[in-house]
Amino acid sequence: MTAQQAAEKLKEKFGQLISEPQLFRDETTVWLNDAGQIAAVCQYAKTELGFDYLQDITSVDNHPNTPRWEVVYQLYSLQHHCAIRIKTAINESISELPTVTGVWRTANWHEREIFDMMGIRFRDHPDLRRIIMWEGYPYHPLRKDFPLAGLPTEQPDVAFAEPAPMEGGPFVTNPGVKTAKEREPRAKGET
Amino acid sequence: MRRKGNGFCLTMQTKANIGYNAKLEDEVIVTRLDAMLAWCRKNSLWPMPMGLACCAIELMGTGASRFDIARFGAEVMRFSPRQSDVMIVAGTVTYKMALSVRRIYEQMPEPKWVIAMGACASTGGMYRSYAVLQGVDKILPVDVYVAGCPPRPEALLDALMRLQEKVARQPVLGKKQGAI
Repeated sequence: MTAQQAAEKLKEKFGQLISEPQLFRDETTVWLNDAGQIAAVCQYAKTELGFDYLQDITSVDNHPNTPRWEVVYQLYSLQHHCAIRIKTAINESISELPTVTGVWRTANWHEREIFDMMGIRFRDHPDLRRIIMWEGYPYHPLRKDFPLAGLPTEQPDVAFAEPAPMEGGPFVTNPGVKTAKEREPRAKGET
Repeated sequence: MRRKGNGFCLTMQTKANIGYNAKLEDEVIVTRLDAMLAWCRKNSLWPMPMGLACCAIELMGTGASRFDIARFGAEVMRFSPRQSDVMIVAGTVTYKMALSVRRIYEQMPEPKWVIAMGACASTGGMYRSYAVLQGVDKILPVDVYVAGCPPRPEALLDALMRLQEKVARQPVLGKKQGAI
């Protein structure tokens, strides 16, 4: 079974919930129209289609567009040697979708990371705590409206944070020009 | 003043801490107690290896046979702060780790010194971000900074030698210096 066939089987099973499979550079992507069904779709993909390996879950912040959040599931089948990507969108007012820890146990830490960095919650997650930033940190740093330099926080005996001096940064390279001098990272004065 | 690696003067000088002239004194060395204690101290600086990132790999290289930090009496890496003299902060200090680093430093007995190894420990390095402490000197009194990303083992050994010079100048008896 190829990824394209798997995507079509998903569409047969779930009908309008699943978009037409998109093929880009030999990678198959389907959109799930209702984020609330993600656990059911993943369960079907694992048990019936053989996607036994969850490679990663990531999230995208489309700020200031709506729907703001996009959650991306990277599935791989060790039986069929093919990969499929399931994307789903969530509005900021909801910011919640079902956990897939019941399907793949490895989803536990992936979902904790998204909760920590992006602030999207996973319903029925067994242990939804921060995983990278410390417990009690008030922000979600990968959101587009969070400054790169950070914001000051203070928790006595736990941790503190201060904004980093950006000095006109961030420093970005300028690819596609001829000389190494022009290519090297420069401050763009965006801060 | 000519010096050998161990800090002894070969010729007698009035300002030297330790003078020794074999022709005049045979097997007797005349010195001040304070200078002798400082000499002992600077030649057995036990490091607390605070390895937090890739600089720790160079720190391990410094400790291994090719560079051999044992030549400077600092080969006894102690993973207990209570047995160490100098904390080598090797790597990126995140805010999550910062207060742990501070607590480990506070658990070290006096006298104690700190080497900030590499760009991250010295200034935050390339990590101008929400997660990284912009230099460990915001929470600890640093004695020697080492440039580099990561520094070569020679650079760390140079830092250790400079720290030894500083330790040799500090009086052991009487008033404490360098303590915070």
